[in-house]
Amino acid sequence: MNKGNIINSMQSSLTQSLESFGGAADMVRKISLLIFKKPDEPANILKQMVRVGVNSIPIVLLSSFFTGMVLALQSGVASIRLLNQPVFMGSLVAFSMVLELGPVLTAMVIAGRVGASITAETGTMKVSEQLDALYMLGTTPEKYLGVPLFIATIIMVPILTLIADIVGITGGYIAAVTNFDVPGSVYINEIVSYLKIVHVFNGLIKSAVFGFIIVTVSCYKGFTTSGGAEGVGESTTRAVVYSMIFILISDYFLSMLLNSLGMV
Amino acid sequence: MIEVRNLYKSLAGQPVLNGIDIDIKEGEILTILGGSGVGKSVFLKNIIGLLKPDRGSIRIDGVEAVGLKAKELAAIQAKFGMVFQGGALFDSLTVAENVAFGMKRLSSHSPEVINKKVTDYLSMVRLEGVEDKLPESLSIGMKRRVSLARSIATEPKYIFYDEPTTGLDPITTDVICKLFLDLQKKLDITSVMVTHDIPTAYKISDRIALIHEGRIAEVDTVKEFKNSANEYVRNFIDINTRVLKT
Ligand SMILES: Nc1ncnc2c1ncn2[C@@H]1O[C@H](COP(=O)(O)OP(=O)(O)OP(=O)(O)O)[C@@H](O)[C@H]1O
Ligand SMILES: [Mg+2]
Repeated sequence: MNKGNIINSMQSSLTQSLESFGGAADMVRKISLLIFKKPDEPANILKQMVRVGVNSIPIVLLSSFFTGMVLALQSGVASIRLLNQPVFMGSLVAFSMVLELGPVLTAMVIAGRVGASITAETGTMKVSEQLDALYMLGTTPEKYLGVPLFIATIIMVPILTLIADIVGITGGYIAAVTNFDVPGSVYINEIVSYLKIVHVFNGLIKSAVFGFIIVTVSCYKGFTTSGGAEGVGESTTRAVVYSMIFILISDYFLSMLLNSLGMV
Repeated sequence: MIEVRNLYKSLAGQPVLNGIDIDIKEGEILTILGGSGVGKSVFLKNIIGLLKPDRGSIRIDGVEAVGLKAKELAAIQAKFGMVFQGGALFDSLTVAENVAFGMKRLSSHSPEVINKKVTDYLSMVRLEGVEDKLPESLSIGMKRRVSLARSIATEPKYIFYDEPTTGLDPITTDVICKLFLDLQKKLDITSVMVTHDIPTAYKISDRIALIHEGRIAEVDTVKEFKNSANEYVRNFIDINTRVLKT
């Protein structure tokens, strides 16, 4: 490739990403204007809450439980190596879970599980002209699909995160008590005396933003799918990858922001 | 009445419609012929506002539809029923829910009336006992008919059919043709059908138009069209009859 070609392709991918951002922002604007209006089909909100939230509980339980256990295990081993005894295990597990691992891990799991299915479903509807049919039958994709998905995801991801926090801390408790003979009361006392409600909120605020990222990326990728079944596969992969990247990047900046607001 | 003037549309950098001029008259069945990929579906989608024309004018009952805001466009779209090429049935909803979908949103009927009408419209397209089935369990011909029922259920003034008979056997094609003529009489609608199926076009149309290279090469009554001297029309008819014979 010569220089001109490289510059050309950089330019076109830059305009493409700018267009995508513009398109996604427009979609979010439309949906947020509709969100407080009479819903197109109230039952859909509940249906999506079950799909996004309830159906994700098993995988969230599994991933957070083992994460909590392994956190306790590794911190216990490290603490014995340095100080000859396992200390601060409760607060280490609790802070890690509540501030970072709970929100990020849950968001990752939801991006893979729910985000992918949102893009696959809406993308299939796009290429089979079902989204066009919505316009002809008195509604729009934003109204019929976007609003319920946005409400469900932005509410359910923080709830799942809260569950992950609790289950992770429980997993840590079990590992600490069984592997290191830490008295259960010590583990819990530490958490009660150091962990503040504001830390939990810190994590939940982040997880709500992650939920917003997941649903925005997944819906936008679905709504703009083209190119048949292959195109649906492509959009789905991209939706998951982009959601994960945006979650990780925004996590850093959100943490900085929340810290500067004194939420630590 | 729909008046299309000088309609242009490019997609992915390629010109598809290159100055379409045509009138769609009240109460007629107009068929648009053209080879695969000439832009028949794109033409329909421009008229019903699913694609935005690059330039040109589309007047629907005297109202300019190009450049309308979403809300005004929605009001215009309510005048149209569209039977999409693949049916576009909502695959997570049952047949009955599909047919009720537009009525729930565009009419003021009570749920009981809607339920009753669903059965009525399904029997109008000669389907019975399929209310609770999911679209995936239907044949293509049945899907098209459900899609047709869903479109007429909103009592549109104009109904557009995108290749309603493509891929169907001759008997089912015949059933669908009879159905169109029947509905046209019963419902007082204006129909535009897009197809490359010449026999069907001859059988049901009042007028036929041919799209060639993004323009209307010819539009005329069936009789005149059959005997047209226009070289594109002759070519299209010749090629298709030759293919049909072999
Ligand atoms: N969304 C799109 N993006 C880019 N190009 C498109 C799009 N939709 C259609 N086209 C192109 O526009 C042209 C016309 O497509 P259209 O679907 O209208 O053809 P058609 O006449 O309906 O053909 P067929 O009989 O096969 O349905 C084709 O070349 C197609 O590749
Ligand atoms: Mg087509």
